[in-house]
Amino acid sequence: MMVRDSLWLGMLATLRREMTLLWRRKSDSLNPLLFLLMVSSLFPLGVSPAPDVLALLSPGIIWVVALLSCLLSTESMFRSDFDDGALELMLLNPQPLYFHVMVKVLAHWCLTGIPLAIMAPVVALMLNLPPAAIPVLMISLLLGTLPLVFIGAIGAALTVGLRRGGVLLSLIVLPLYVPVLIFGADAVKRAAEGSFAPGQLAILAAFFMLSFALAPLAVAGALKISVDS
Amino acid sequence: MSDSLLNVEQFFCERDDRVLFRDVSFSLAAGEILQVVGHNGCGKTTLLRSLSGLSSYAVGDIFWRGKPYTDVMPDYRREVLFHGHLAAVKHLLSPRENLRWFVDIFCAGEGDIESALCEVGLRGYEDVPCGNLSAGQLRRVALARLLLSPAVLWVLDEPFTAIDVHGISMLQGMLQRHLAGGGAILLTSHQQIDIADVRSLNLELYK
Repeated sequence: MMVRDSLWLGMLATLRREMTLLWRRKSDSLNPLLFLLMVSSLFPLGVSPAPDVLALLSPGIIWVVALLSCLLSTESMFRSDFDDGALELMLLNPQPLYFHVMVKVLAHWCLTGIPLAIMAPVVALMLNLPPAAIPVLMISLLLGTLPLVFIGAIGAALTVGLRRGGVLLSLIVLPLYVPVLIFGADAVKRAAEGSFAPGQLAILAAFFMLSFALAPLAVAGALKISVDS
Repeated sequence: MSDSLLNVEQFFCERDDRVLFRDVSFSLAAGEILQVVGHNGCGKTTLLRSLSGLSSYAVGDIFWRGKPYTDVMPDYRREVLFHGHLAAVKHLLSPRENLRWFVDIFCAGEGDIESALCEVGLRGYEDVPCGNLSAGQLRRVALARLLLSPAVLWVLDEPFTAIDVHGISMLQGMLQRHLAGGGAILLTSHQQIDIADVRSLNLELYK
């Protein structure tokens, strides 16, 4: 009983610390949002401003840009902890690393993934996505960004020990992002065409649960290797 | 031998095809302090990191209170405190916030952060972001962990780095009190330590 209590206390402490850190480094969380807004606004200029063309492309555009903006913020996830030694302290803690990693990545998602889902309707209106598809867009992004952030965390943990791990990180992470993108964009496309696709959202929800439960194991293992080398 | 805390047997380390040390064995009992010495690059840090479980470059048998340390891992982590080259202090947090997290994770939430900070000479700096502190003050924030931690064995890698003369005598006092309280210390330092009965382990003899 006592062990479980102290684990809760420890997880809460990690959550509070991570939230404080992210809050004080606001540019890190604002960056993906600005990226989403700016890159999406380039498509009408670069492809076509015709409303029907934009309506056709917008589910894919929004999803691809949201995916890239998740990728953009992953590299910094463990960087400062690695550089200042906080990661060593985290690895040495007597509690299971799994839970602390989970909480840390969740905090990251709260300040990068959730704002993306909230911001998406603005971009959707700009790109002429049918308003009926907006709820599905928000739900799909809410469900889909968590796996994106957790998969990104695995890549970030593997490459944090390398000075220039950026390219390697993209190579590791992008192929794993593909299934999430396919089902996420498809759910929105179906909704834009006027049909509802619970199957796609259910699969996204499965990705959500799977990555939530399993990715912290991989991240914890990868962090141990990165600190060791 | 039965009352020794830590037994290290047959430690061996190879890095980049060079054997740094082999057959290193020692034991450490309550109240004992062991200083690991040797020239730069002879494997002192690797030895200490391996003993803490951070590195796997050095291999050998580690026994904690007579049992293989992998069998008593949570206890080992709780009872051994590693203080490394990196201060592990977040620049965006204040000293108080940095130590709060440490206390919640390592000390089950119990520890007097105020008096620990006061003791390491950071009274008045409790709420200043650590990014505004000097290198020596950052080390002092890290040293405050020693005061808060319930750990029995302190593993200190160059603890005297970047702190001033006054800080060095403060730290020596902390080490002495820890030993008197039944703790044990394993450290590397190029500093002469003013404590009676410092045993030393010269890694260069184990090539």
